[in-house]
Amino acid sequence: MRFFSLFLLLLPICICLGLVWKSLPILQEHSLSVLLFTADWKPMSKTFGFAAFIVSSLWVTLLALLFAAPVCILSAIHLTQYAPRRVVKVMQPVVDILAGIPSVVYGVWGLLNIVPWVSHTLAPALGYETSGYNILSASIVLAVMIIPFILNILIEIFRNIPLELQESSLALGANRWYTIKYVLMRKAFPGIISALGLGLSRAFGETMAVMMVAGNVSRMPTGAFQAGYPLPALIANNYGEMMSIPLYDSALMLAALILFIIVLAFNLISRLLILHYEKISK
Amino acid sequence: MKRYLSKHYTLKRKIQVLEELFFRSAMLTASILITLALCSIIWSIMQKGLPCLSWEMISQAPKGGFYFGKEGGILNAIAGSVYLAFGSTLLAFVIGLPVALYLNTYLQRAPRLVTIIRFILDLLWGIPSIVYGAFGFALMVFFRLPSSLAAGIIIVALLILPIMIRAIDEGLKSSPAGLKEAAYSLGSTNAELSFKILTRQCMPAIITAILLSFGRAIGDAASVLFTTGFTDNIPYSLGQPAATLPLSIFFQLSSPIPQVKERAYAAAAVLTIIILITSILSRLLSKKHNKNIVKF
Repeated sequence: MRFFSLFLLLLPICICLGLVWKSLPILQEHSLSVLLFTADWKPMSKTFGFAAFIVSSLWVTLLALLFAAPVCILSAIHLTQYAPRRVVKVMQPVVDILAGIPSVVYGVWGLLNIVPWVSHTLAPALGYETSGYNILSASIVLAVMIIPFILNILIEIFRNIPLELQESSLALGANRWYTIKYVLMRKAFPGIISALGLGLSRAFGETMAVMMVAGNVSRMPTGAFQAGYPLPALIANNYGEMMSIPLYDSALMLAALILFIIVLAFNLISRLLILHYEKISK
Repeated sequence: MKRYLSKHYTLKRKIQVLEELFFRSAMLTASILITLALCSIIWSIMQKGLPCLSWEMISQAPKGGFYFGKEGGILNAIAGSVYLAFGSTLLAFVIGLPVALYLNTYLQRAPRLVTIIRFILDLLWGIPSIVYGAFGFALMVFFRLPSSLAAGIIIVALLILPIMIRAIDEGLKSSPAGLKEAAYSLGSTNAELSFKILTRQCMPAIITAILLSFGRAIGDAASVLFTTGFTDNIPYSLGQPAATLPLSIFFQLSSPIPQVKERAYAAAAVLTIIILITSILSRLLSKKHNKNIVKF
């Protein structure tokens, strides 16, 4: 048992070391700042710049969070404060199933529904022309994917807020909505921020669904209606040819390492915030 | 509502009431949107996939020319996925259950360490599966292993291990302290408490954990991309490469031939059905085992 627990403690370090080991060749060839801040991606001539991929990832993730956050917060308040027990009983399995649907299935759904909708309805209405395989479609699919994840955490947070707080606010004459607005939301604020942070890191690492709808063109994106090429899609899309071009496998491993570090950082901050918040509320 | 908007109320009060009304309807809309999203996903997958689903499709491995629209089915992917998911869930369970029990019995005296371990498990849960895949690839290069079912099982087991442990751990955490105290006072050891009492008490949580991990294992594509490879044959040993459903969907969907695309939809329908069955099973089974639980 002690061995297993030790193994778990060491696993993140192992993953990091493994990825560093594989990405050393490219780090010896180019400096890290050149790799991170240039957007030239020509594996054949050994130029690797990750900027376009990182920016695409940020675009997709932040847009997804922008779509998902209001829906999650509103629905979480609805399910914990207003909804009758019967509705909660129906919604719980809905959220659970939504959370269990595999990434690829979300991708297929995006291809069947979101891509045509964006290309035929939304983009013409806003005066754009696009194939539908773009950052906006990817972020809509991604938003639906992270909604159950964020919602579950938010529901947990709202349920853990002591009832006495709300009761005292109600006793002072505030109505239900004002209690929610001024007592519940204020109390839950750090929790909401960290739930969104966790959702952000989950979205950042999502691979298959995003890869299927984002378009995958390695160019610096300048708008939501352009094709993007997020980091995870880069890794997954090129695994086939990575052994045949020198330094290519090392570049992809560096991409995985960048992804790992970004996601870990987001996770670490959000989890620490939650721990801190739990300590305060006790 | 009409009552509040009558002339006896001040403007401020009316605004307050309208504000609540607005937000309540927004909340309801949000919940309905989420439900609609699920319905839309299931409906569109089933509508596209079910017509393409035939007995031939799920009972045969691909034959020559399958990816150009000729004969064959997706049995290779179904078998590969099922082997992979069962193998990795079993492996994760064998490691995960003792660790979860250990956290809640032996390590009770070191709450700090328990907090740290839980924290690291939560962090591991957040690591994207593609990173696990890349890590698996690095390991395989290091040990000079070819891509195989065994490699996939190990990597997917690592991926679902945090989910498994944390889900069982949540169940154990909520088991009543009185139960543990009663067991200790009757002279039971930590091991007896763990395997004879706590496992029975937390059976619903354990079942949920297993099925949750199974669902995640069967649906994950990014981590097996590097490790299990892809093949048209049904694997008959751990050392062989294996096809998986998610990858089969992905590869066939990128084909320009419409018949091949339809097969991707059929595979997506199969995968969705497996996930739905897992989810329903988890609810039913944990309800069924609820009756053995001691309640205080």
